[in-house]
Amino acid sequence: MTEATGGFLERERFCALFDLLRERGYHLVGPRIRDGAIVYGEVSGPEDLPHGVRDLQGAASYRLAPGESGRHFAWANGPQALKPLLFFPRETLWESRREPDGSLSFSSPDSPSKPLAIIGVRACDLSALDLQDRHFGKGPFPDPFYAARRRDLFLIAVDCSHPAETCFCASTGDGPEARSGFDLALGEIDEGFLVRAGSEKGRDLLRDLPLSPSDPHMEEALNHQTDQARNSQRRALPSRNLRGLLAARPDHPHWNDLATRCLSCGNCTSVCPTCFCFSEHEDTSLDGRTSRHVRQWDSCFTPGHSYIHPAPLRGETRFRYRQWLTHKLDYWHDQYGRSGCVGCGRCVSWCPVGIDFTADLPLLLEEPHGG
Amino acid sequence: MEGNPHMPRAAVIRDRIEEAPTVLTLRIEPLEDPQVPFSFSPGQFNMVGVFGVGEVPLSIVSDPLDTDFFDHTVRIVGRVTEAMARLKVGDRLTIRGPFGNGWPLEGARGRDIVLVSGGLGCAPLVSVVNYVVRRREDFGSLTVLHGVKNPGDLFWKDRFARLNTLGGTRVFLTSDVGGSGWEGAVGPVTNLIPHIPVTARTTAKICGPEPMMLATVKKLLAQGIPESELWVSLERNMQCAAGFCGHCQLGEMFVCRSGPVFRYPEIKNRLGIRGL
Repeated sequence: MTEATGGFLERERFCALFDLLRERGYHLVGPRIRDGAIVYGEVSGPEDLPHGVRDLQGAASYRLAPGESGRHFAWANGPQALKPLLFFPRETLWESRREPDGSLSFSSPDSPSKPLAIIGVRACDLSALDLQDRHFGKGPFPDPFYAARRRDLFLIAVDCSHPAETCFCASTGDGPEARSGFDLALGEIDEGFLVRAGSEKGRDLLRDLPLSPSDPHMEEALNHQTDQARNSQRRALPSRNLRGLLAARPDHPHWNDLATRCLSCGNCTSVCPTCFCFSEHEDTSLDGRTSRHVRQWDSCFTPGHSYIHPAPLRGETRFRYRQWLTHKLDYWHDQYGRSGCVGCGRCVSWCPVGIDFTADLPLLLEEPHGG
Repeated sequence: MEGNPHMPRAAVIRDRIEEAPTVLTLRIEPLEDPQVPFSFSPGQFNMVGVFGVGEVPLSIVSDPLDTDFFDHTVRIVGRVTEAMARLKVGDRLTIRGPFGNGWPLEGARGRDIVLVSGGLGCAPLVSVVNYVVRRREDFGSLTVLHGVKNPGDLFWKDRFARLNTLGGTRVFLTSDVGGSGWEGAVGPVTNLIPHIPVTARTTAKICGPEPMMLATVKKLLAQGIPESELWVSLERNMQCAAGFCGHCQLGEMFVCRSGPVFRYPEIKNRLGIRGL
């Protein structure tokens, strides 16, 4: 743990955190159960959070089941990361209007960005947020829509206590405990929460929370729980840095093997917290006078992604899978200084055919055997 | 949203030249922000859009000294360019840009220039021809090698003929297939390379389909031009043009931002790999 504990928040007083955030003008978002999955939604208090639930995840499998009673965060993750809250799945970039004389005018959409406080953010998703920041927010021309939402964010992290079978954040170095990038972090133990601050905003809020001093047994219980969460992970990447290794193997026969399984559906890129591709198109009004220029999440698994007249450059699934994985684990190092994978395991759980790239990776890194 | 950098400007079509049945040159003048003078380099591109239809990346073929319009030569091949082809002088377009890096022409002053283009997509090199011709005395020899598939694909015949009359300037045309009335060579554009003069001052710029560019590189290297003097312009799917949308990625590069023009050694590991 990198930050000293600020104190202990009894479970019965958890709602004070929600009240304080609301008083400071934040719109509260947290995990909720919807359609059999845990997703982010508006929350007003602890009663809206999952309770006594855990997630059972495996390749092509995600189920909720009864978990540790009394706990709010005894589960790993749902299909969403923070990505859809900052980089909207669909968003108007500008609107154009054509007057009867043919002249054009443009307007920028109003995007009243209510400051969001997000409760229950996992370490993997904080790392992914940092990567999205590097892509959208830190270049010479930051994306203004992303930047506005990002600036106003208040992040309340939770140390992961119950990784799913698909998790491998310990091997990517991103979890299970929250280390940076949050305003407040919670360590959930049976009695309540050990709270620590990670920013000035967080320290400021922490001072107003009804905390009591934590005792060493609680700290020990949390450390033990985090160690267990780390050691229970069975999946792993062979290395945190595969720079140059996948790009050097464009003709490896195992890409073909992957392509026989992959449906090129793009589920993995939708649930991936770091995938950033989007397409742009016009959405024209029925009267033909106005048109919205919309960006929408895209995937390197679609034929349109690499289309250049007269055909897609990546016309076959093996080229698309190769692009996705090589970009994620190899090219990312050159682009953003680290791997694009944070070990959340979502692409494994939500792949309809259960491709688990952590199992395929060692085969791709082996020298191909004859023919 | 204040200061939204995504927003396009309106532009008006000032002129429209049908170069060939499927090739059009549009002269467009941006209408907004007249107080913001625009500057660009040959080889850069704009995202040019038709209201309600969409945008396409188009290379700028006009000269940077002409600061109140852009010329774009468009191949009519898809939904957006077909809509563009239906527009008339006086009609409006949207424009964002210029984007990308362009050809390093300031550094090429005093050099002998070799340009090799293939197929119909020679627009990025047309800007270089125009640039050099307008500053003819600043450059050494100019050799243009241009290949087409069929004689019917050749446009700018007159323009090429005029170039041949300028001092120190030679144009060689070739077609994969011959035909009656075809006066150029027959065969791939790479066949012309052994015949060109190469000096220690030669620098070469290449644009066309990837296999053609790779074959050209091989022949130019054999002629003794060093790798570092070979420049290529790449074509990829582009939507945002600012390095965000991901479509133009080639390996670790966002072609819209670090390209579309690359020095060959920077990019050679990423060329010639199918489906990259």
